[in-house]
Amino acid sequence: MLKVLEIEHLTVDYPGVRALDDVSFTVNEGDFLGIIGPNGAGKSTLFASMLGMNTKYKGKIKFFEIDIKKSKDYLKQIGYVPQKPIFEKNFPATVIDVVRMDLRKESEKNKIDEILQQLWIHELGNRRIGELSGGQQQRVFIAKALVNNPKLLILDEPVTGIDQQSTDLFYSILKELNSKQKITIIWSSHDLDAVKQLANHIACLNRTLFFHGESDEFFKNDELVKQYSEASMQEHMHHH
Amino acid sequence: MQRALISGAAIAILCSVVGLFLVLRRYSLFGDAIAHSSFGGIALGLMAGIYPLWTAYGVSLVSALIITRIKDRFNISGDASVAVLLSSGIAVGLVIIGISGGFTIDIFSFLFGSILLVSVNDTIMILALTGIILIVVLLLYRQLLYSTFNEEQAQVSGIQVEKINYLIVFMAGVTVVTSIQLVGVLLISALFVIPNVTAIMYGKGFKQTALLSITFSIFSVVTGILVSYVFDIAPAGTIVLLSIGLFAGTIGIRSTGLVKT
Repeated sequence: MLKVLEIEHLTVDYPGVRALDDVSFTVNEGDFLGIIGPNGAGKSTLFASMLGMNTKYKGKIKFFEIDIKKSKDYLKQIGYVPQKPIFEKNFPATVIDVVRMDLRKESEKNKIDEILQQLWIHELGNRRIGELSGGQQQRVFIAKALVNNPKLLILDEPVTGIDQQSTDLFYSILKELNSKQKITIIWSSHDLDAVKQLANHIACLNRTLFFHGESDEFFKNDELVKQYSEASMQEHMHHH
Repeated sequence: MQRALISGAAIAILCSVVGLFLVLRRYSLFGDAIAHSSFGGIALGLMAGIYPLWTAYGVSLVSALIITRIKDRFNISGDASVAVLLSSGIAVGLVIIGISGGFTIDIFSFLFGSILLVSVNDTIMILALTGIILIVVLLLYRQLLYSTFNEEQAQVSGIQVEKINYLIVFMAGVTVVTSIQLVGVLLISALFVIPNVTAIMYGKGFKQTALLSITFSIFSVVTGILVSYVFDIAPAGTIVLLSIGLFAGTIGIRSTGLVKT
């Protein structure tokens, strides 16, 4: 089986703080990995390192069995959905413009329509991105991430500040992408219930890795579940 | 007159296209800063007896690239770096003018533009540079648009954002100096900014917005040149007032709520 991601002894130091301490884990093709942990646990640092935005780390990161320091080609096989996409509210770009920014081959233009349809935002194609609701924008950003047929989708806590209905729709889309289209997913989340429903693997991160394994195994361990649901509750309170 | 209209229209297109990226990057005054730094270059050329636009290209491009590098390296905010660039150009210019005992007439044509006096060679140069920059923009359209929309995501998608940023600074430098003949050092940022903020209120997609901005800009420039010629008034001021008129009209229409923009 293809190893999609291998992280070996990843350590990241910021001035005065160790953000990540000796983190190692592997993600196989077809996995749906939920990464959980409180705020400041190092999730953003982990993602920044994986995506080539932070190059100052010790240890090794391999995607598709190649060290990311050797080549940036791996980025072409990854779709990334940021936590909260930042853009000028008045930016004169339609939904189609925004999705097309990621399209590497102009010849695959019809792919845009197909994906917008799949994500239920087909009728929004010619609307300006800034006019859409948070939930709709989020689906546009998933569409962007999917337009190049990625093997792996990375999502950074993408449901903060989105209404319940959109969140449910978003979860069902994720489930379908993983089960039907066989896209490997790495997803950091605060929502432990959703993680239980969707993910088949779990990583608990709080500067270092406290657990990594199958979802069932995690939810059998009452102590861990209690600890991380408290952490996620605190996180939740913190957000509101 | 014909030359003035042709080069004016080319400059209108150029300023709209390059300016749209600057405006969307919240870098509206960067054009103004480059223009002011070119003032130093112009003074240098006049003193040394070199064609002042050549020295203006050199000084503006070098200082724009240096200030961008300093801004990235030392984390200085965009508006502060604009202020540094702007004032240093003027300061250098003033000192050089002082040393050489003043050359007021020539300097005036660069401060306020002299489009009606544009030569055949200037016109060819303006058309060539407009062509080159438009080709670069079309070839790198996706990269330019994406890194303007969201730098971080553009970087993750494999775009070399830093290089694209320098390219935009470089294109802005060339555009500003090329446009000096039309509206002069003092009013250049008007051509970069006003047609674009007007178009952003109407346009849905990016291409539509760019085309609208080009249309507004060409209209202001061509009408401005003709009106100023007929009534013998300053072309630069007339052009800028016309584009402000379009902007004000748009704001007016918007606030009545008759047209959804």
